[in-house]
Amino acid sequence: MSDTATPPTPAGPKAIVLAHGNVADALVAAVDLITGRGDRFSPLSNQNLGAAEIDALLRERVDALGARVIFTDLPAGSCNFAACRLLKDRPGLIVVTGVNLPALLQFATRDTASDADAVAAAVERGGSALRVLTGRPSGH
Amino acid sequence: MAIDLYRIDDRLIHGQVIVGWGQPMDLRFIVLVDDEVAGSEWERELYRMGVPPETALYFASVDEAVARLDEWRADPRHGILLTGDVDTMRRLTERAPAIREVNVGGIHHRPGRTERLRYLFLSAEEEQILRGMEARGVVVTVRDVPSARALRLGELVGAARTA
Repeated sequence: MSDTATPPTPAGPKAIVLAHGNVADALVAAVDLITGRGDRFSPLSNQNLGAAEIDALLRERVDALGARVIFTDLPAGSCNFAACRLLKDRPGLIVVTGVNLPALLQFATRDTASDADAVAAAVERGGSALRVLTGRPSGH
Repeated sequence: MAIDLYRIDDRLIHGQVIVGWGQPMDLRFIVLVDDEVAGSEWERELYRMGVPPETALYFASVDEAVARLDEWRADPRHGILLTGDVDTMRRLTERAPAIREVNVGGIHHRPGRTERLRYLFLSAEEEQILRGMEARGVVVTVRDVPSARALRLGELVGAARTA
């Protein structure tokens, strides 16, 4: 297949991933590595920032991108509180916490859904991906 | 002591508090002392949404905290009291002499503050307030997570000056 025949990346929901340390960068890099769709996400870190500074950084990024979805890592973390604080004056915004790679992969590759549908699918995929595997798989 | 830790942290409730400190100490309640949060139903609900269900959360202004401190100190569960800034803790310790030790956990960069540690930036006024608390007999230590070494304020400021 020639380059000109490569289908363009479909325009899907744009989301921000806000997490501790380098988690957001790493997750988005992994999404890009696996799907080539890392540009669906804008990674942000709370590193070395106080609560007010995290709020300001996130607000600025949401406004700049027109983002409608924010993924955060920890329910009781400063990232999640900053994201939820934005819900007050942005009625259409959706915040998802407890993000993991399977959730972001699902979100990145869901092309036709609304934000709410894409988020629901991501939550289902991310939640079900967390499982315990022990012993020999049956049938082997 | 039912309140195991009196902490200044400009993030208030966050990962270090809930997980870093909370897990090893079996944290069961948090007292969040902040006049602004205490007066905002939205902010109170925001924090309630985030904390684990097994952790009780109490909001208080400084006045309310002073009035209820003995009650929380008598609580058999393990708890943390948080303020988001140095001055709120000063106001609290001045009126509640039972608080003998304060942990400075995280105060981040802002114009007018000088870096002391990766997670600690202080203005001259904030440093003065902390020194004043020490002068009143309150032990002030700086430590972000339990596994880190607790630094005394003098040790920290001295180190920064010679750096």
